Amino acid sequence: MAVITFEYPDGTSRDVEATAGMSVMQAAKTAGIDGIIAECGGDMVCATCHVFVKSKELLDHLSPPSITEEQMLDFTSERRRQTSRLSCQIPVSDALDGLVVEIPRTQV
Amino acid sequence: MDRVVIIGAGQAGCQLAVSLREKNFPGDIVLLGDEGELPYQRPPLSKAYLRDASGSDALRIKPAEFFVERNIDFRADTPAESIDRSRREVALRSGETVSYDRLVLATGVRNRTVTLPNADAKSIAYLRTRREAESLRLRMAQARTVVVIGAGFIGMEFAAVARQSGLDVTVIEQADRSMSRAVSKIMSSFIEARHRAEGVNFEFGAGIQGFEIRQSVAQAVCLNDGRSIPADLVLAAVGVIPNTDLAEGAGLRTRNGILVDRTLTTDDPVIHAIGDCAVYPHPLCGGREIRLESVQNASDQARFLASAIMGEATHYDSVPWFWSDQYDMKLQIAGVPGPDDIHQLSGDPIAGQFSVRHSTDGRLTALETMNQVREHMLARNDLKRTLVAIGSPSASRV
Ligand SMILES: Cc1cc2nc3c(=O)[nH]c(=O)nc-3n(C[C@H](O)[C@H](O)[C@H](O)COP(=O)(O)OP(=O)(O)OC[C@H]3O[C@@H](n4cnc5c(N)ncnc54)[C@H](O)[C@@H]3O)c2cc1C
Ligand code: FES
Repeated sequence: MAVITFEYPDGTSRDVEATAGMSVMQAAKTAGIDGIIAECGGDMVCATCHVFVKSKELLDHLSPPSITEEQMLDFTSERRRQTSRLSCQIPVSDALDGLVVEIPRTQV
Repeated sequence: MDRVVIIGAGQAGCQLAVSLREKNFPGDIVLLGDEGELPYQRPPLSKAYLRDASGSDALRIKPAEFFVERNIDFRADTPAESIDRSRREVALRSGETVSYDRLVLATGVRNRTVTLPNADAKSIAYLRTRREAESLRLRMAQARTVVVIGAGFIGMEFAAVARQSGLDVTVIEQADRSMSRAVSKIMSSFIEARHRAEGVNFEFGAGIQGFEIRQSVAQAVCLNDGRSIPADLVLAAVGVIPNTDLAEGAGLRTRNGILVDRTLTTDDPVIHAIGDCAVYPHPLCGGREIRLESVQNASDQARFLASAIMGEATHYDSVPWFWSDQYDMKLQIAGVPGPDDIHQLSGDPIAGQFSVRHSTDGRLTALETMNQVREHMLARNDLKRTLVAIGSPSASRV
């Protein structure tokens, strides 16, 4: 179990309890987080699950993006940053407890 | 505009309700679904969900609270039975009627069934709904040998998952290759080769005579040439039939789908059709009528119609795109292949990354890509520019 915080561009945020084995996208969808649209259901073809990872240590802890994720990050609706990830490609584990991700303005 | 009634709570119908509220549509929204659950996404059903159902809640397009908070009157298990256009009313199975100012048909498609001796619902599995995927997953856990009838996208995706789960898999197909209506020969051969390397058997150009059934469980599939292929699980994925019955009953024009114009409006100015059930002229195909079955088509048509209802858009013309994941292969199609396209290969099939460019008069009509997401995305941008160039009224917004 890990608690993940989704932050909105207007400064509000929501905490979500996520179970290991899901992706961060699935945790968000299950909790009904606005802005994680995830139209392709996790197949890395829609880029509507884009987030900015705010916790530096946790970002470094994640396994790096695959080639496909890397390429899709060039086609997100809000321009990618160093901290960009597709949330469908981040597996939840207990180590992610306290993860904070920001939802791009263009997705809300 | 007081009340929009949407029949069909799938990808398109649900997205329309969501988009209308996002655009602050002030009237009533009634969303009628005939399944017993919240609207959900179908693509994972033939892929990840068959292996692991733990993400079941994540399939939902929106959670239950959303419909309450946004004042969307979503009704599960509530099939619409008929439409009375003169009274602008929809009759429900319960006998109740719901009146509309605008009506949207988002009824999708249903699976074509196999009508051969011994082919009853219990012995032959189908895959369209979450419940069917759930039952298929349980049956896979009991099975050892699987026969898939039909080498379309769903049949091929299922074959990949079944093989990855360690089952013996045979795919039987009438045509001489897989996915023949949607992709080029080069792409079919590449994907089939991978399936074969994983241990899947194919029977192309094969006809089926019937089934051997014992105690309602399939034992074997009998081919026309006399052979029989053992199977303790049979999945039929032999195409679909658009759900046009309501439209036909209401006297609206249909032709392998519900006919709409470029505003997604039927012959009746207050009735629209979107998603898998709608047939419409697409500017990228020179106005040829097409019916697409894809998430992109369902979602973009829904978003467009929400804008149109709010008076913010006039013509639907998004770039079509589609994907299919099999093993770690990612097949993507941008655009709509035409019947007279010239095909051109680039990249290296041996390296597992290539594309097939379709063109007519030198102009790109569609791009099939294998494991090349960047090329796919660039082709979509290219096709958007084509829409602008051919003077599509709302192309700049696509
Ligand atoms: C197993 C599977 C895998 C897929 N994979 C992909 C993929 O990888 N990529 C991709 O792009 N697309 C894929 N698709 C296609 C995609 O899911 C569809 O194109 C999309 O769901 C179409 O949306 P829709 O709203 O038009 O239809 P649907 O989502 O099918 O929704 C229609 C709904 O209307 C209901 N309905 C019908 N008649 C009535 C009535 N009279 N009253 C009330 N309700 C009614 C139906 O029961 C259904 O719930 C897949 C489809 C399936 C089945
Ligand atoms: S859900 Fe589509 S890319 Fe992540």
